[in-house]
Amino acid sequence: MNTHYGIYGGQYIAETLMPTLKELERQYLLAKEDASFHAEMDDLLRHYIGRESPLYFAKRLTEYCGGAQIFLKREDLNHTGAHKVNNTLGQVLLARRMGCKRLIAETGAGMHGVATATMAALFGMPCEVFMGAVDVERQAPNVERMECLGTTVRSITEGSATLKDAMNAAIREWTATAPETFYVIGTVAGPYPYPMMVKDFQSVIGHEARRQCLEQTGKLPDEVIACVGGGSNAIGIFAGFENDTSVRLTGVEAGGEGVATGNHAASINGGKVGVLHGAKTYLLQRPDGQVTPTYSVSAGLDYPGVGPEHAYWADLGKAHYEVINDDEAIHAFDLLCRLEGIIPALESSHAVAQALKSAPQRPKTDVIIVNLSGRGDKDMENIREWKKHHR
Amino acid sequence: MNRIESIFSRCHAENHAALIIFAEAGYPDLKQSEQDIDTAIENGADIIELGIPFSDPMADGPVISAAGQTAIEHGATLVNILEMAARIRQKHPETGLVLFSYFNVMYNYGLEALCAELQRIGVDGILAVDLPLEERDELLAPCRAHDLHLIPLVSPATSAERAHAIVQDITGFVYYVSVRGITGARAAMPPELAKNLAQLREISPVPVVVGFGIASRDSAHIVASCADGVVVGSAFVSACAQPGQAAALVRELRAGCVRENS
Ligand SMILES: Cc1ncc(COP(=O)(O)O)c(C=O)c1O
Repeated sequence: MNTHYGIYGGQYIAETLMPTLKELERQYLLAKEDASFHAEMDDLLRHYIGRESPLYFAKRLTEYCGGAQIFLKREDLNHTGAHKVNNTLGQVLLARRMGCKRLIAETGAGMHGVATATMAALFGMPCEVFMGAVDVERQAPNVERMECLGTTVRSITEGSATLKDAMNAAIREWTATAPETFYVIGTVAGPYPYPMMVKDFQSVIGHEARRQCLEQTGKLPDEVIACVGGGSNAIGIFAGFENDTSVRLTGVEAGGEGVATGNHAASINGGKVGVLHGAKTYLLQRPDGQVTPTYSVSAGLDYPGVGPEHAYWADLGKAHYEVINDDEAIHAFDLLCRLEGIIPALESSHAVAQALKSAPQRPKTDVIIVNLSGRGDKDMENIREWKKHHR
Repeated sequence: MNRIESIFSRCHAENHAALIIFAEAGYPDLKQSEQDIDTAIENGADIIELGIPFSDPMADGPVISAAGQTAIEHGATLVNILEMAARIRQKHPETGLVLFSYFNVMYNYGLEALCAELQRIGVDGILAVDLPLEERDELLAPCRAHDLHLIPLVSPATSAERAHAIVQDITGFVYYVSVRGITGARAAMPPELAKNLAQLREISPVPVVVGFGIASRDSAHIVASCADGVVVGSAFVSACAQPGQAAALVRELRAGCVRENS
């Protein structure tokens, strides 16, 4: 198996974990060929998660922009409120199949933590979620949800106390407790086979969206837009259109206070190649190779790296990566709330903001699909705080 | 004979395991760190592992992680650590010096440039914590070109077959991680250590050293009976925080390295 995407990806990890990664790859490739694995997953995707998720024509948002028709892929309507659950279902089914006894996960916004805690409850497995102390604070409702579901949340105060530090802590725990413990990674980052596996589990978004778009509009979309933290919702929807060269794939990175200020989380647009959490990819770092703290109003995008396949696609020009700053994301959040009655996650608001830029420049016959990766209930307090400080 | 070979053959002749001290370079600051390393060498360390601080030390426990963070805050960079390494080499021509680093810091410096500089300074080798067999060719080539040992890690999770592939054409020494997990002092050595080490030494063309968890004269002594070298990291880093403790600890550990008979 090729574990790299061009020069990116790979398995830059301690020797102690290598046998676990090899076994994971072997078991995953077997499961992938096993009809019973898919049958169980498909059944739960439908009856438990509530797929398929709608592709919704955002009429008033479209009229507001006065250009291309904007459709929203409603991952916010999934059980637990985001795309994350597509992946946790797949990984936890795999963990059970492999006989693992316990689950661990890292989380930023808490959506992946909640999705993992949900699967842990559903299958009766003990679960521990690692979360940066800063995120525990700004995404408090999700901490409560995880605890309700029976998961232990470990607050990580080390380093910048955000997602990357939570991931360091989770990897340490995994090193000491694998293979009994299964590490449920929440995005297309990490060592191979995670980027491949998570993409496969999330590609349900893109396959549905492609079919729905053809059914509803009679054509393929002209552009597909998704926010990029680690890049799982983006690669998931892009996967459906990977071979359609007419479709522009646009990933949106978090610009925070602006890439020029240094306070951002735009790894592709503002970083350089390095190695973190098991993969070679674009990374926000100092010239001497120390990873820098990132900043975004959105906890789920606040990560210094990006999935290695995105790094590769960026170099190839197969997908394009734009930047949306905090204020633009908040503006898009407000608009979607008022015009469509949909409260989007702050992460997803970055993708909406990019559509607000792109749609007016396109003819009315064009179709844009925005991946609405999650709902914004978790962000209420956060947005109020932001507005208080930016009036 | 290269320096590392000489060290192990001298230790063998003197009937003790090589004492390898891991120091977090630049902790608490560069000046003190250099003094602590001098102290370790003067009190019996045969080889120094120069730990390069990294912002995301995912293979390290709390002691080394915190020390690394302090070192970075106090201005340690690979560049000024290499300058320190050059001074240490001048003062201690016979001591083994190995760079112990996460890959990203070395990758950013430039692997070829780094290896050339290490050769110039007289560093003996590199140990890259997060560079397993699958990824190591990238660094192995410049190491070979500049006469540096690339020290591989083997763990209790590693199968015999995999261990064979890892150590096959390696020079310098092999580092066996005593436990599944991260760095940090532990109360006891795992019971299966001797058996695992005997198997590894059978297939390894070079000496095998053991690290992770060793913190006292007693644990050093247990390991010395079944390995060519004893690595102590977290315990030394902790000792560096208290004046006078580093010297005493190293003397204790050095005494523990002595074998009863052979
Ligand atoms: C709703 C939502 N969208 C997007 C993301 C970013 O992750 P990814 O880039 O992997 O989709 C998160 C992460 O927490 C999220 O909660």
